[in-house]
Amino acid sequence: MCEACPTLLDKLLHKGLLVETGIDGLYGRSGLFEQVIDGFDRLISRTGADQKAEVLRFPPGMNRVLFEKSGYLKSFPQLAGTVHSFGGNDKDHAVLLDRLAEGQPWWDKQEMTDIVLTPAACYPLYPTAAKRGPLPEDGLIFDLNSYCFRHEPSKEPTRQQMFRMREYVRIGTPDQVVAFRKNWLERGQALIAKLGLPFNVDVANDPFFGRAGRVMASSQRDLGLKFELLVPVNSEENPTACLSFNYHQDHFGSTWNIRTAAGETAHTACVGFGMERVAIALFRHHGLDVDKWPAEVRDALSL
Amino acid sequence: MLDTLRPLIDKHARLPVKADTLAAGQDLYAAGLTSFAAVQLMLALEEAFDIEFPERMLNRRSFATMESIAACIQELRPQALAS
Repeated sequence: MCEACPTLLDKLLHKGLLVETGIDGLYGRSGLFEQVIDGFDRLISRTGADQKAEVLRFPPGMNRVLFEKSGYLKSFPQLAGTVHSFGGNDKDHAVLLDRLAEGQPWWDKQEMTDIVLTPAACYPLYPTAAKRGPLPEDGLIFDLNSYCFRHEPSKEPTRQQMFRMREYVRIGTPDQVVAFRKNWLERGQALIAKLGLPFNVDVANDPFFGRAGRVMASSQRDLGLKFELLVPVNSEENPTACLSFNYHQDHFGSTWNIRTAAGETAHTACVGFGMERVAIALFRHHGLDVDKWPAEVRDALSL
Repeated sequence: MLDTLRPLIDKHARLPVKADTLAAGQDLYAAGLTSFAAVQLMLALEEAFDIEFPERMLNRRSFATMESIAACIQELRPQALAS
């Protein structure tokens, strides 16, 4: 590795596509970067148009009580971001300001609010879907897009702490859900091929926390519950997961008591698109100058 | 040996059936063991036998049957299941 060569992050920052904030993994985006994101978003919508998915958009924060019930803290406590706000009185406020001025820790009167940062676009969906009662015969399919938060500071521009995730989520019988995931495994590859990106698909696991997480990860792999579409971006050896295809079995169905039309516990699956990751993969492989991208890629993104 | 394991399985594996109805080599996942419950069972076994499962045992297969669990414990602490 060349010490003097600029990294991909350096190049993106220098070109102004990403904007530094002083925090690893937290960046502003330029208008051009957003045009690429929007183009990819439209391409996903065209690819999934026949799904007749119900579009829902949640803000990037979710109800803390629902988050607690979701089980996220069992698996990923290290990634969660909670929102706190000042809960003191006038005197506490004066203390806070003094400490700020002195550069001392000022947050002892910060209290946890009722909001946590959304960790994945589909987390607010399941309790919403559960409230509607038993599923129709055909199950349900949703189209989601949200900024998500994961506390994992990194110098790799593809691993951001706040990023957008587009998802299609299928809720239904095991057969419906497995068919959905199989279908999207194929569609996802066709979609990325259209963008002229090299890729491969591999079995994967989520970054479950701790030693217990090793068992979870091993189970997830053995059962083939997660596949990722990987594009070499930072390196060939550690390609970046740009899309993921996840079968949750009855995990969310039983957590939220979502029932099929026949009264069975619903199964769920989702396909997730890492919006910034795909955009950065495009800049990495086609160059930082969008005008010089291959015509078919520009067409696919309607740029 | 299995008599020592069965009460722990009843308490932590959250199976819909009692452990004494299960054969030593029977697949616990097929009997209803979830990944989350397998993790709870692992932590309970570590406490009960004062062991720590090493990296190579932290997988789905280690907890697949009472036999496989017993084999792990046997290897880590031969005297633990002697009674």
